[in-house]
Amino acid sequence: MLEQAGCTVEVPRTQTCCGQPAYNSGDRADTKAIAKQVLDAFEGYDHVVVPSGSCAGMIRVHYPELFADDPAVLPRAERFGARVWELVSFLVDICGMHAVTTRWDHRVTYHDACSGLRELGVKDQPRLLLASVGGLTLKEMSGAEICCGFGGTFCVKYPDISDKMVSDKAAEIVGTGAEAVLAGDLGCLLNIAGKLQRHGRPVEARHVAEVLAGTTEDASPIGVPR
Amino acid sequence: MSETREQILAGIRRSLKRGRLDAARETELREHVAAHRRNLVPARAAALADPRRVDLFVGMAEEVQATVARVISPAAVPEEVARYLAAENLPADLVRAPDPSLDDILWDARPLLRIRRGRAEAGDTASLTPCFAAIAETGTLMLISGAETPTTLNFLPDTHIVLVYADQVVATYEDGWDRLRTNGRMPRAVNFITGPSRTGDIEQRIELGAHGPRRLHIVLVDDRQKASDGEGK
Amino acid sequence: MLATSRTFEANARTGLANPILQQALSLMQSGFPQRRRLAVERLPEFEALREIAESIKDHTLEHLDFYLELFEENVIASGGQVHWARTPDETRAVVLQVCRSVGAKIVTKGKSMIAEEVGLNDYLEQNGITPVETDLGEYIIQLRHEPPSHLIAPAIHLMKEQVADTFRAEHRSLDPARSLAEARQLCDEARAVLRPQFLAADVGITGANFLVAETGSSIIVTNEGNGDLTQTLPRVHIVMTSLEKLVPTLEDAATLLRLLARSATGQEFSAYTTISTGPRRAGDLDGPEQYHVVLLDNGRSALLGGEFQDMLRCIRCSACMNHCPVYAAVGGHAYGWVYSGPMGAVLTPSLIGISKAGHLPNASTFCGRCESVCPVKIPLPKMMRHWREREFTEKLNPPVYRAGLFLWAWVAKRPALYHALVELASRVLGWIGRGRGRFRTLPLANGWTAVRDMPTPEGRSFHSLWAERRKDGAGR
Repeated sequence: MLEQAGCTVEVPRTQTCCGQPAYNSGDRADTKAIAKQVLDAFEGYDHVVVPSGSCAGMIRVHYPELFADDPAVLPRAERFGARVWELVSFLVDICGMHAVTTRWDHRVTYHDACSGLRELGVKDQPRLLLASVGGLTLKEMSGAEICCGFGGTFCVKYPDISDKMVSDKAAEIVGTGAEAVLAGDLGCLLNIAGKLQRHGRPVEARHVAEVLAGTTEDASPIGVPR
Repeated sequence: MSETREQILAGIRRSLKRGRLDAARETELREHVAAHRRNLVPARAAALADPRRVDLFVGMAEEVQATVARVISPAAVPEEVARYLAAENLPADLVRAPDPSLDDILWDARPLLRIRRGRAEAGDTASLTPCFAAIAETGTLMLISGAETPTTLNFLPDTHIVLVYADQVVATYEDGWDRLRTNGRMPRAVNFITGPSRTGDIEQRIELGAHGPRRLHIVLVDDRQKASDGEGK
Repeated sequence: MLATSRTFEANARTGLANPILQQALSLMQSGFPQRRRLAVERLPEFEALREIAESIKDHTLEHLDFYLELFEENVIASGGQVHWARTPDETRAVVLQVCRSVGAKIVTKGKSMIAEEVGLNDYLEQNGITPVETDLGEYIIQLRHEPPSHLIAPAIHLMKEQVADTFRAEHRSLDPARSLAEARQLCDEARAVLRPQFLAADVGITGANFLVAETGSSIIVTNEGNGDLTQTLPRVHIVMTSLEKLVPTLEDAATLLRLLARSATGQEFSAYTTISTGPRRAGDLDGPEQYHVVLLDNGRSALLGGEFQDMLRCIRCSACMNHCPVYAAVGGHAYGWVYSGPMGAVLTPSLIGISKAGHLPNASTFCGRCESVCPVKIPLPKMMRHWREREFTEKLNPPVYRAGLFLWAWVAKRPALYHALVELASRVLGWIGRGRGRFRTLPLANGWTAVRDMPTPEGRSFHSLWAERRKDGAGR
């Protein structure tokens, strides 16, 4: 997608994680160490693109909060955050992409991952691009914006509650009659795919980029063998 | 007790990392309060003039299950009140506020209406009160307590009838506050009433008449000047 | 009120397994959010008002000592009395003393979360005074000896059949053959049963949604009219309130009132919004002879000036819990104390301690829906994260969890090792799961695999695939 949009793409090898698991566990010290690693790894690029709303949100919205008391790092974190984008938002809002030329004859529904939606305003952009995919119809869930129950460590710390949330989400997905559920966050997708499969629901789960790029032939849906 | 007061205030100041505000700052804050500036006021009602403001009031009130009857003059009020009670199959008994604006109404025109002046008591089935203002923004009645406007009339009976003059309809709560401030001191109670009593406490289903009146009937008089020609009281 | 927040996990399981609660929560989930949304759509200025409300509350909190003194001055000037209380004990003692001073036997109550917080009802009963809840939801749970499960709809966890069962069991003088199948009949019965209590009460106790410093007034927002009957009919009106309910002026109150009902139930305005100032005036035909305001601190002043100050902006609308998927899954009782949902997750630890209430700020995915609907823009997930930071610093998490986190962070700070391990895990798990594409069970991951499958990795990490692709030199 990025190369199609005319970008030169590099993937710095010294990155590991945005630090959110430590941040949401209250471990600010480790979070800062990992965040500094991110700032170093991505130094010097025009834009930093993340195929995940929660990671992009962590960097863009939360790094400034993380370094609020650290005047040495704060300006750098703020400047950096301004160049960080969730993938689909980057393609539409920065690269000006408004349509794709791919085709995917499927009935799909779209799950709005929470961080992307509420921290970064990712809502219309994936829908704009999906609308241009040949043969694709989008059937919205009324609860598209409701959390799927992943929440990082939440799903293993409070598995019963997480199960209720993902069950409700899975039921809504099935209720739309969609053949596939798409989203921009892999945490959500692993969670939703795992639940659909546990209950034998034949709904494909894919990252929205796969459909937009037309690479659905190259890899099976999440949790389906090659 | 005053020791507790001092401890709480000291605790607040400690948390805010300062001592008592200095005299200059206190004066500023007092002036801020005395100026009681309006914050942003929605355009919905504020931008309307009569008669559309009155129409908005009526529309909003009816939305919340108040009923509204528009009459041309105060002389038509007794007939409307009698009609309403009969139409609702209610006894022709009324307790009304001992308010001059209601005293001026020619109740003798409807001698079968049994009217008592005073506060409400258990057993009263219907009440009639004036209002202080009517807020168009949300169809809200503004009633104030006083020697001539006892509050129990607004809450005890099953049916509450309110006499509103068109010139009492203002756009916003802020307009209501401005009118009240010219009245003098705050009354014991200002009741903003928007529709009859209701609850959604059982399965989210709205039921009217929880503890307060289950019927709120508004008699809206278009022109208070159109009085009859002073034919006794 | 005794807290059971420690047993949140068990409480939550009970809630999840309760089909009646689940049915009730479905009703809530489809009701309140939709109604709020319609009300917000109807008021173009709503978002602007949220910003203004936030700044009104912040300004008031920054000058809370001044506004409290001004409020007290004006209450006294209109003939009322102000009592200050630091703790639940002091609060109960003041209320009892006022009740005793008029020989009170029956006390009617409008809904007051402060009264719940300090356990007032039990205390009054122990001292020979009968408290009668008059808000329909509060009345129902009083009969059932249950705590409230929601800020504004205390009986939201019940379906009408249970209310009918309770009324049949408790209203024994009524005809047992009567029908109570409809909500209408239940409301009518509550109205009839409670009316004599309103009339007999010696003292009426309400809470306060707001206090107005300019005029020394308290404001209650109800739909039933019970709050007004409670505060108008008896000889004495006691307002139980915490410190942070203050706003400077009547105009500020109007701004906040525009947000309150819309955020809570989607109403334009509640049926009854009443501003009370002092006791009855000379010449008044009704109204209480005494007006008392009991100002409770109970930890609020300690929240000022710190990382939880924003929580004091809360106007108790309940929008956060109405939109919370965790609350919608487990219900309010799971939280174990007076305040539930996201606002309860933030406030409860500050009032009863993080060691007792640690689960509450942890049982959140930080989805942020609460913050997005909060009329005064409280950053609720951020506050919950601060609690998690406190727990981490004070080592209150389970050791296994801390060890796991330590290990993970240790690896994440070492990119070469991290990538090697990710590649290894991808290959190994990818190979093991290659047939099915997913795992039904996975060691150490029982929390996940008990209820869902774990998709198998593709077999290579992204980094190794990318490196290979670069080496091949071919773009697409």
